[in-house]
Amino acid sequence: MMPGPGPGPHPDPEPGFADILRMNLGAVLARARVRVVASWRETSWVIGETVFPFLTMAAFVLVYRGLHAPPMYEAFVVLGGAMIAYWNNVLWSMASQFFWEKEQGQLQLYLITPVSRMSILFGMALGGMAMTTSRAIAILGGGSLLFHVPIPLDRAVPAFGLFLLTLAAVYALGMILSSLFLLWGREAWHTATLFQEPIYLASGFYFPVRELGPLAGSLAALLPITLGLDGIRQILYGKAAHGFVPLAWIPPIQVALLVLFLYLAHRALATMERLGKQEGRLTLRGA
Amino acid sequence: MTQAAVRTVGLTRLFRSRRIQQAVEALRDVDLTIGRGECFGLLGPNGAGKSTLIKILTTLLLPTSGSATVAGYDVASQPLQVRRKINLVSGGDSSGYGILTVRETLHLFARFYGVPGDEARRRANALMEMTRLSGKADARLSSLSTGMKQKLNFARGFMSDPEIIFLDEPTLGLDVEAARDIRSFIAGWVRERPERTVLLTTHYMVEADELCGRVAFIDRGRILALDSPRALKRLVPSEPVFELQVGAGASGLERLREIGGVRSLAHHTHPGSGAIELRVIVDEDQTIGEVLGRLKAFGHPVLHLTKTEPSLETVFIHVVGRGLSDDEEPVEAAPVER
Repeated sequence: MMPGPGPGPHPDPEPGFADILRMNLGAVLARARVRVVASWRETSWVIGETVFPFLTMAAFVLVYRGLHAPPMYEAFVVLGGAMIAYWNNVLWSMASQFFWEKEQGQLQLYLITPVSRMSILFGMALGGMAMTTSRAIAILGGGSLLFHVPIPLDRAVPAFGLFLLTLAAVYALGMILSSLFLLWGREAWHTATLFQEPIYLASGFYFPVRELGPLAGSLAALLPITLGLDGIRQILYGKAAHGFVPLAWIPPIQVALLVLFLYLAHRALATMERLGKQEGRLTLRGA
Repeated sequence: MTQAAVRTVGLTRLFRSRRIQQAVEALRDVDLTIGRGECFGLLGPNGAGKSTLIKILTTLLLPTSGSATVAGYDVASQPLQVRRKINLVSGGDSSGYGILTVRETLHLFARFYGVPGDEARRRANALMEMTRLSGKADARLSSLSTGMKQKLNFARGFMSDPEIIFLDEPTLGLDVEAARDIRSFIAGWVRERPERTVLLTTHYMVEADELCGRVAFIDRGRILALDSPRALKRLVPSEPVFELQVGAGASGLERLREIGGVRSLAHHTHPGSGAIELRVIVDEDQTIGEVLGRLKAFGHPVLHLTKTEPSLETVFIHVVGRGLSDDEEPVEAAPVER
């Protein structure tokens, strides 16, 4: 069989915007579903990601209780315990996902699809949020009931709004990390391990971030989770929350961080993919 | 407008090796044109450049120099357009997540190509039936054997109904029956629609011989020969060899040696049936006519006649200087016009 003549203008029409949007939305939901299904079919996470963090949270609650600190501090700890689940998910699951896919040899299966890489990242983020929410609810509910922590439900709606905005910014940061991990896998992993405990401290999961002082507090507030937690505490407990950043500033800053992180994630992903294609580091198999 | 499914011009890819502090040439000036509707085979030993070529054509790797188009689109500057037309199956790999079922995995990858739900269900059912995975449709991947995972990976590649599919050792490690099913599916699939094209790399010469209209031999990043299997076999200089089975007659078989042009003759009698098996090497095909005439004259009825041809493996060794699975340095290979 002889080949035909050389390439010419392709006769197929380009897919329209609606087709592309439908395909990418489908990809987001399909990739998110993997994470949700995984969390319900593999329940061993209940021990590692709910029971153990709950024990850490309980230790802090008991410390504050032993020091006769105001009950508000116990509420800080329970809220922080719930939020730390998201941070752990971003740092250890979301960030390393592309690297892990590469190690498994199936990153290439995503990269040869016509959907945007950002859709795959959005799907990972959406699924990560969904699977982690069940853990966060378990920690928040368990902590509230066990330690009789006061959570004013009349302010729950604005607090929930800021919580959603915070999650969006946190997972956008996770999308950047995922792109960086893609090529710098082990090095990025080691760096994340190195910074894990300092970031736990700086994020004020178990105390008001104001106690870090203006300089360290300002640096810590660059992390959307620190900022969001500070704001949620202020919404729920007012001045007693010892807020660091004025509450009115927090939503616009979170929106700015969200936009910035999404832009950087997009750029980082494109750059990492280009570098990977130039250096042959997107796949594992040889020549 | 008819166009090439794949075209490469002067395609070269270098890898910088930190270990030996120099560039390694994985592909060198590869010029290749694969027509629409072809099942094209790419044969070469490990490290020959097959996977590098496939990675470039599937937009996973950029060429160092030269150009490549797939379905008329440039792989470097129009990767998205290329991806809409292609899919890839790498044998030995598995796809998906252990926590998902076979059916869910196929649907997952269908979603990435925008295949609507009903169509995805129809394709998944058909592909699971072809790969004999229907009974495992609701089994988690973690419970599947390696062979089953590989069959699922194969099915995954066809879920998007690509125009051009890249099959990198698709039957590697599969049992004989599964490999046969897959070969049969590939042959039928490519025939079904005229624009469908297959680029197949394989270690199994018989597979390439059976499926491919044309094959290319690649070694050390260079295409050394490219033609139909039949034409390639003609590259090996050899005399025609005929194998015959004849019935018992008045003997005189040794007198066949007297025929001009018969270079070699061997025969033995089958102990059970009494039939005689002959192996005759002649200078040229026409000589066999005289052999058949003499056999008739001696009263030996001809029961079976086969002309044996050199296998692709023989041709490969002749052209490349080593076998597909050899690791040693090649001997001086015969120069081949292409």
